[in-house]
Amino acid sequence: MIVTKLKSLEEIYDMIKPYSNVLIAGCDGCCQPPRGIHEANNLGKMLKLKKMVDGEKFDYKATTVLRQCDDKIAATALRSLVDDYDAIISMACGIGVQILTKVFPEKLTFPAQNTMFNGAADHEKNSYVEYCNQCGDCLLGITGGICPVAGCAKSLMNGPCGGQIDGKCEVGDYKIDCAWVNIYKRLKKLGRLDLFEKYRPKRDYRLMTSPSFIDFLELDEIEEEINEKEAKA
Amino acid sequence: MSDDRVYSDLMRELKQGNFVITGELEPEVTTDIDPTVKEAVAMKPYVTAANVTDNPKATVCLSSLAGSFLTQQKSGLEIVYQLTTRDMNRMALGAAVLGAGSLGLKNILALTGDHHQTGNMPGAKPVYDYDSTHLIKLIREMVDNRSIEGIKFDDEAPDLKLHVGGAANPNTAMWGMGPEIMHIRRKAAAGVEFLQTQVVYDIEVAAQFLKEVKDKTNVPVLLGIFPMKGYGIAKGFDEFVPGVSVPKDLLSRFKEVKKGNWPNKKAKKDAYRKINIEFFTPMLKELKKRGLVAGCHIMAVHYPKIFPPLVEALGLSPKE
Repeated sequence: MIVTKLKSLEEIYDMIKPYSNVLIAGCDGCCQPPRGIHEANNLGKMLKLKKMVDGEKFDYKATTVLRQCDDKIAATALRSLVDDYDAIISMACGIGVQILTKVFPEKLTFPAQNTMFNGAADHEKNSYVEYCNQCGDCLLGITGGICPVAGCAKSLMNGPCGGQIDGKCEVGDYKIDCAWVNIYKRLKKLGRLDLFEKYRPKRDYRLMTSPSFIDFLELDEIEEEINEKEAKA
Repeated sequence: MSDDRVYSDLMRELKQGNFVITGELEPEVTTDIDPTVKEAVAMKPYVTAANVTDNPKATVCLSSLAGSFLTQQKSGLEIVYQLTTRDMNRMALGAAVLGAGSLGLKNILALTGDHHQTGNMPGAKPVYDYDSTHLIKLIREMVDNRSIEGIKFDDEAPDLKLHVGGAANPNTAMWGMGPEIMHIRRKAAAGVEFLQTQVVYDIEVAAQFLKEVKDKTNVPVLLGIFPMKGYGIAKGFDEFVPGVSVPKDLLSRFKEVKKGNWPNKKAKKDAYRKINIEFFTPMLKELKKRGLVAGCHIMAVHYPKIFPPLVEALGLSPKE
């Protein structure tokens, strides 16, 4: 899931200052913590109160979209509403904001959130944890399923560095686990320290260069290959 | 690597099996290299080489390449140019290594470097395009194959004559050195030629770690020690340097000196010096006797006066 953080009310307020009639669109997709209709309504109430204090008129409509990052779903959900409002506030991740911009180019869409990372909830720690840095060259097969790109503050390929003390990282005041020590422990337990000791070459940053595009057809290659092989068989 | 090529005094002495001493120099936030040169001149008779640090503790300082070159040129002391992968990508690192060769530097210590978030520019972009092992491999390629990532040097270019070292952390023996030892084995396979360790105070911790390094690699190790100029530094080091603690009895001896009635500053300084000598000399002699260290890396930054008595106590003579 994509982990997000709400911007401060002041920042959102400043962005929408010129507008008095705003559509607030939540997202029921992978955005975490949830930012659906309930959160959209809460944001609307907060903005309205602040506008009232400033003696300004403000109307809003709160709604939500199954997945803002899907242009067809977003268009279907919001098209009938958009014309009635001066601007849109998106409570999705940065993808959602940009898809609404693309689908409704005649309006400005403002982000209510900062997009933080790809992660998941850790209920023991009561927090969201980053799991994937989208490096384009997944290493989990040689690191015991623990990602050093997302899990190591230096994203090292050959760790641990000298900055770990008793398995804790120098970044974050020795409270966060050193990914490389965890990788070592796990591979040791599984009898695969050969994987740990092996030199891992430098990364190819072309795989992480933005902007990135992948042709739809590329993703279908494997299916084509299966079809071909099955036909031959 | 591990052939007979010797480009530096440091490597020559290591190969000859001499007990090698290196020092450490930290240029400050300044354009003036003279204080560093002065310190280098003071330690020169007692060390084989000295490291010039690269934005140590992730705090911005005069560039280590400029500092290394100017210090070596002005003091005549051989320098170990510290180069971290924290602030440069592979292109900048390759260029810096070529630059080091062109400036007559003979040793590089390849480091990952403390993270920006631990230093004084915490919002800086962490580079880490390479890690220390990648940098060791790059330097080996440049020295051994005359190329950078496969890009050939000019035909007319002279060979790059550099030795490459790496870091090691003996304190991991206190909590589990398995991953560190394997990391060192990777560096050894990549072609590292010497190791300088982080500061360690406990002889048995050091011995345990060094034995493992010796059993698992063939790389000579210079043990990192930190002689302390006074009680304040000792206490600060104990409190604020994570993962290393100054032994309690050593700390209380420093405290006694601070509290003592001394006829003058010199007497007090002599007392501090005496404690350092009495603590570190037997430790180093013992590890040397056990054949576990090739020498020591004395991180006595801004404390060059410790070198003459320490070197004498170790039974070594000043250089000509």
